Formats: sequence, structure tokens, C-alpha cells
Amino acid sequence: MKPTLPLTARAALLSFILFGATVLVWQLAIESSTGTAPNMDPELAALLGPQAKGQSAFPAPMAIFDELVRHVTDPFYDAGPNDKGIGIQLAYSIGRVALGFGAAALVAIPFGFVIGMSPLFYKALDPFFQLLKPISPLAWMPLALYTIKDSNSSAIFVIFICSLWPMLINTAFGVGAVRREYLNVAKTLELGPFRTAWKVILPAAAPTIVTGMRISIGIAWLVIVAAEMLVGGTGIGYFVWNEWNNLSITNVIAAILFIGFIGMVLDQLMGRVQAAVAYAD
Amino acid sequence: MRNPLISVENLAKRFPEPSGKGELTVFDDIWFTIEEGEFVCIIGHSGCGKSTILNALAGLDEASSGVIIIDGQAISGPSLDRAVIFQGHALMPWMSALENIRLAVTSRFPEWSKAQVQDQCEKYLRMVHLDGAHDKKPAQLSGGMKQRVGIARALAIEPQILLMDEPFSALDALTRGSLQDELMGICKSTKQTTFMITHDVDEALLLADKILLMTNGPNARVAEIVVNTLPENRSRDSLHKHEQYYPLRNHLIEFLVTRSRELASEAEGALDGRQTKVVRLDETKPETVTNSEPAPLRAVNE
Ligand SMILES: Nc1ncnc2c1ncn2[C@@H]1O[C@H](COP(=O)(O)OP(=O)(O)O)[C@@H](O)[C@H]1O
Ligand SMILES: [Mg+2]
Repeated sequence: MKPTLPLTARAALLSFILFGATVLVWQLAIESSTGTAPNMDPELAALLGPQAKGQSAFPAPMAIFDELVRHVTDPFYDAGPNDKGIGIQLAYSIGRVALGFGAAALVAIPFGFVIGMSPLFYKALDPFFQLLKPISPLAWMPLALYTIKDSNSSAIFVIFICSLWPMLINTAFGVGAVRREYLNVAKTLELGPFRTAWKVILPAAAPTIVTGMRISIGIAWLVIVAAEMLVGGTGIGYFVWNEWNNLSITNVIAAILFIGFIGMVLDQLMGRVQAAVAYAD
Repeated sequence: MRNPLISVENLAKRFPEPSGKGELTVFDDIWFTIEEGEFVCIIGHSGCGKSTILNALAGLDEASSGVIIIDGQAISGPSLDRAVIFQGHALMPWMSALENIRLAVTSRFPEWSKAQVQDQCEKYLRMVHLDGAHDKKPAQLSGGMKQRVGIARALAIEPQILLMDEPFSALDALTRGSLQDELMGICKSTKQTTFMITHDVDEALLLADKILLMTNGPNARVAEIVVNTLPENRSRDSLHKHEQYYPLRNHLIEFLVTRSRELASEAEGALDGRQTKVVRLDETKPETVTNSEPAPLRAVNE
């Protein structure tokens, strides 16, 4: 019998191989596309710059790696409105998500609680949620810009809207689905409405509520990039758009990797919270 | 004669028919009393409304008509004076065994210090032999241990009345036996007034002072009240050695197998709830009790 590594070690090894292979193929593809372009109109060649010489504008992995190192080593420089360190841009985006998501949680959890406790409210409001939920949050942007008249607040409002529904719907559902048994125990112990909500309903519904929060923060992070592309000024979305206008594909890719990384961290944080409130039935 | 602690008078439960017209009567004309310190079991087939009666006693469910009078007062909702042990253990799964009991104790004795509360919780965990399981969550406990925590939680609030809905039906025979012994010890030594639903004839004969027999639903009634004439000092091992054991057991089983059905199909007037037959198998002729005149409250509830 061959000795086998534990599953985690084998998975890590495979991840590493896949990563290495991707980078290698990428690098080879870029090198092979380098050559001389046959009979091209010189004016067009001048316009196209490096591409005219047959060089790809698409960066090689090493170029991106260098760019990442540059960003990580100097994330917070500020050289004017169009040239800020990626750390500053990410901080703007995270700040907006935190504000929009936080405000949404403050509204959705208490409101969802009330809806979940009342079958009447639940039934009466359900059609509205069903209608409002599938609307792309960006569709609210013009309305927000028109009423709030401030691009930064509008972006936060869009985050608020997109974070609201999953938390509201999950809270209402989780609260409504608390087992009758637990509520009967609360009644026989004469806990009263406030202690029942705090000691019984909230912990019983917490896993469902936190699942809603995890979905919300994921959506919020997806939406903030698009929202910042629209409103401009600051943030990682604006950074991506700005680098695209500068035709700096290297920076665009570097930003994409940072966006993925931050999204992963946010999701993992909510995963921690989820594990903390989970219980086995 | 002094008044009983609990008096159930003319209790009935009706639900609207699913078709929309008419009503389905689950049970009707239920009268019985429980004395202080008495252990009463109720036996009957599934669906005859035993849990509904117990929930009405707990104040969790409202009867369609009739009153339940405890200590001279018609009850109007749940109270810490009445502890319930549910069929499913109904422990909060996110709380440890100790926290589950603490929730009950702090509700009952809000003025107690932390140390007093802790002492009370530990005392009752010890009483059900769970000293080592303080910090375990219900999911980490076996079925029997969970039900022990449920018992400890109910007893820790030192209730006037203990209500139990088939507390041991989900347990294996060995666990059930040892829990029955413990429960009997605790209830006897504290003279705990108890109302319990069971499916198990031997369990009723071991624990109960009197046993209410319910006919099959719908339209169920308490057909008779069997007085347990086995000696006070009975135990699970010696139960079958008493001469009264087999006659009592056969009487109960015969009721469950045939009479509960026959009586249910007989005319409505065959049983009078206010004159429920009391059966003592150590005497030749059964006596009947006449329940006291209905309290004036009854008119309000009907
Ligand atoms: N909401 C309801 N609507 C109609 N019938 C009900 C409702 N709840 C309970 N019942 C009926 O009441 C009867 C008594 O139930 P239950 O008290 O649980 O019986 P038991 O505990 O004796 O098995 C059952 O036959 C059940 O069908
Ligand atoms: Mg039942």
C-alpha cells in the first residue's frame, strides 16, 4: 500500500499545482504571441503602440506580481484625486459597505423580528418583498442621486438597499420558524415579551439571521464595485474604471485580485459569526 | 370536606370542521379533581385530547368551554406555579444543561443572588444525577439525560403543580425504568402534586394515586377514575407481586383494548361527567362521586 497524505495536504498540493500550471500557461501564451506584425499600416501601428509590434498588451504574471508587490508595500500614498494607493481605495469601499450594511442590519433585524412575530404582517408585506427583492440595486442609483443629490451617500444607499432584503427576509423567516416548544417553555416560565425575544427567539433564529447577513455582505461587496464605477471619485470600483481608462490592464488585474481577497475575508468573518451562533438540534 | 387543589369543571374542546360548517368536538363534559400531593395519571388512545387537557392545565391552550380552578381561582394563562415537562425535552439547544435550568430559576426567583441561583441549579442537577453534565449542550446528551435536565428544570422552580406529557415515551425501557424510579422518589418525598399523561399501564400503576381513563375521540369523555389500591411502598421490582396488580392491570388493558372504543360509540348520554364512576378493585361495588355544583364562573366561559 502506498502511503497517503491527509486530504487537506493533498488538496493543498493540488491547489498549488493548478496555480503553478495556470501561471505557466499564461506566461507561455504571452511569450509566444510576441513577434513581428506583418505588413501593417504605419499610422495604425503608431496608434496601437506596443500591440503593433506584435506585443500583447495583456500583462505577464510576473508584471502583475510586481504590481501587487508595489501596491502592498505602498498602499496608502495619495498623489491627487486620480492617483491614490489601493489601500485608500479599498478603505473607501469597505467604509461604504460597512455603513450601508450596518444601516441595513439596524433596520432589517428589528423590523424582520416584528414581521416574523406577526403572521398578519408577514402575509401582508410578503408581496412587497417579492417585488422589491429581484430589483438590481443599481436600478435605484438614479433615484438615489436625484433625491439625495450626493454621489457618496447614493452609493451607500445602494449598498443599504441591496443588503436589506436578504437580512429582512431571513430574520422574518427565522423568527417565524422558532419552534413552538421553545415559545411554550418561555410562556410557562413567564419570561415576558422582552426576555422571550432576547433569551429565546433571538438565539433560536440567530443562525438564519446570520446566514442572511452573510448573503447580504457578499452582495454588498459585489455591488459596491459597480456602484463606484458609476459615481466615481473614490473606491476600488472607481480605481478599476480609472485604470481601464489609463489602459493599465496590469492594475485592473491587480485590483481584481484585491477585490476577490477582501470579499473572501468578509465572507470568512461572517462565517466565523455563523459558527459562533450555530447550535445542534 | 376541603376543596381540592385543582378542579376541572365541564371542560370541552371544539375545533371548526375543515369543511367550514359545524364543529368537531375533541372532548366534552370533562370533570375531575386533583388533591394536594396527589399523583394523577391519564390514559387514553392517541387523539382523544390528553395533551389538550394538559395544555389547558398549563395555561398554554384555552378550552372551548369550562373552567379550571386552582386554589379557588380560575386560571387564565401560564404560571410559574405550574411546571411542564414536555414530551420532546424542549430544552433550548443553544444553552448548556445548567443554563437551561438557570433560565427557569432566575425567572422564578428574580430576587435571588447569583450564588443562590447557582446552588439551586446544582442541587437539582444532582437530584437527577447529572452532576457531571453542567456544561454539556442538549445535543451532547443522551435522550434519557435530556429528559433528566427537563425534569430538573421543572422541579427547580419548586412548582405547586407538575404537569408531564408522556415524559418517558421516547426512551428505551431501561432508561425509562430508572427515570420512573427517580421521579417516584422525588414526588413521594416532596409530596409533589402531579398530573401526567402516559401510554404505559405499568408506569401509571407504579406512579399514580388515581388513573383517569379516557374514551376514544372524537367526543371523548373521562369514563372512569381508577383508584390505585397498590400499597404506598410499591416499587418497580415488586409491583407484580401484589395481589391487586393483575386485576388492576387487566382492568386498564381491557379498557384500552375494548371499552374505550365501545363507550365512545355508545349514546352521548351514557356517561355523565359530573358523576364519573370511581372504581376501586378492592371493593365490590363502585362508588360515584358527585362533583360540586359548577362555579358561577362557568356561565362566563360558556
Ligand atoms: N388546530 C387543530 N384543528 C383541528 N383539530 C385539532 C387541532 N389541534 C388538535 N386537534 C385534534 O385534537 C385532538 C386531540 O389532540 P391531542 O390533545 O394532541 O391528543 P392526545 O394527546 O390525546 O394524543 C386530535 O384528534 C387532533 O386531531
Ligand atoms: Mg399527546
